[in-house]
Amino acid sequence: MSTFRFTRDHEWVRLDGDLAIVGITDYAQSQLGDVVYVELPEIGHRVAKGKEAAVVESVKAASEVYAPVSGEVAEINEALTADPAKVNADPMGEGWFIKLRLDDPKELDSLMDEEGYKRFIEEQC
Amino acid sequence: MTLAATAAPLKRTPLHSLHLALGAKMVAFAGYEMPLQYPSGILNEHLHTRAQAGLFDVSHMGQLRLGGGDALNALEALVPGDLLALASLHLRYTLLLNEEGGILDDLMVTRLDGGLFLVVNAARREADLAHLRTRLGRSTTIELLEDQALLALQGAAAATVLSSFCEGIARLGFMTARETTLAGYKCLVTRSGYTGEDGFEISLPAAGAAAVAEMLLARPEVRPIGLGARDSLRLEAGLCLYGHDIDETTTPIEAALAWTIGSRRRAEGGFPGAAVVLRQLSEGAPRARVGIRPDGRAPAREDTPVVNTAGEKIGRVTSGGFGPSTGGPIAMGYVDRRHAPAGTPLALLVRGTARPAQVVRLPFVPHRYYRG
Repeated sequence: MSTFRFTRDHEWVRLDGDLAIVGITDYAQSQLGDVVYVELPEIGHRVAKGKEAAVVESVKAASEVYAPVSGEVAEINEALTADPAKVNADPMGEGWFIKLRLDDPKELDSLMDEEGYKRFIEEQC
Repeated sequence: MTLAATAAPLKRTPLHSLHLALGAKMVAFAGYEMPLQYPSGILNEHLHTRAQAGLFDVSHMGQLRLGGGDALNALEALVPGDLLALASLHLRYTLLLNEEGGILDDLMVTRLDGGLFLVVNAARREADLAHLRTRLGRSTTIELLEDQALLALQGAAAATVLSSFCEGIARLGFMTARETTLAGYKCLVTRSGYTGEDGFEISLPAAGAAAVAEMLLARPEVRPIGLGARDSLRLEAGLCLYGHDIDETTTPIEAALAWTIGSRRRAEGGFPGAAVVLRQLSEGAPRARVGIRPDGRAPAREDTPVVNTAGEKIGRVTSGGFGPSTGGPIAMGYVDRRHAPAGTPLALLVRGTARPAQVVRLPFVPHRYYRG
């Protein structure tokens, strides 16, 4: 079973074979409100850990989605273009943003696990 | 943990506890703690308002009464609108102008027996009061109604809903007022609003605000609506937000608000900035407020640069976002007047990339004001 890892910016990442799937957490989508637009990078684009990988927009504002790990964009979730509301409806599943070919799987180790992230958001409120 | 800087505590409207009880997400706006949205979210609140009825707490806005025998003449000297022709229990949208013809505020003026009732923007209340106190003259009294709430009931079902509490209100003419009673409280109801839909604004004592709000919310057609949807509704309706689409640097002509200038005022002048405004009326203004529709899906927000097809900067977005009823991104902004005609192609610089767009006529969603 693939485990979720989390960033302090409320992105999640999990391994699926040799690709890392990236999305935003349920907490993030509830803070954002209704998502109306998602801007995804091009396939082949390189992202660096901690740097902007995508943009997610609510009615009120645009927010950056940061890459939790470094790598090359292998797939993007085109379904979000037609139906950005998927990010709200299923943020941890069908609302995924990009799949990355990882530069260094060890980058995952420094991210929070599910328990750690739960505690982290409890501290936020 | 970050502590806020020593800012003054936020003011609360009379419906503050109700908003919390309804699960509102609160935000700071014009020095007030206001509901941004309720649990249903901005999109649903917006769509519900057009389809049925939305109840808005707009008690943060400034409500003023002007009295004394000369209030009408005195106020008319400060605005470009024809106030002398305003009949009793009628209201008008108008603008306070400065000596350069720039807009100090936009407001609603209702003529009542013995005086005028004004509703001004929350963020401009202090500035407007100072301006009026300086310019109105001693014989006009100015009273800020500090213990008064203001609710807005807007949408296709607003008249049906209000009729169940107020006999005959469905036939109240657009931009007219009626003094009535709701839940036992004396109210001034006007047929007006900020959504482009049919609707009413209800001014009443703060003590009665919760009772009236709860009475209206008990109707199945009515849902509470926050500032987030208020903004998307007015943007779709092509209505200005002071401090964004209009400010002290914009004249009524540039702002596409020439319609607020009465024909007698065009002939006579006699309002601040008349020379500038009347010259712009006859010769045109260098820039114009227009509707802008991006061709793609990316919203373009306030301050987005607008460029022509050659990539030269020709303006900026002053309000922009997503239109839930239009299903796509929409914006308003100012462009150099040569690029103002509807259909003019332009581009919006969003995150460093030029996104194609075009000038479109306002409003984005047709108005549905009550025309009897």
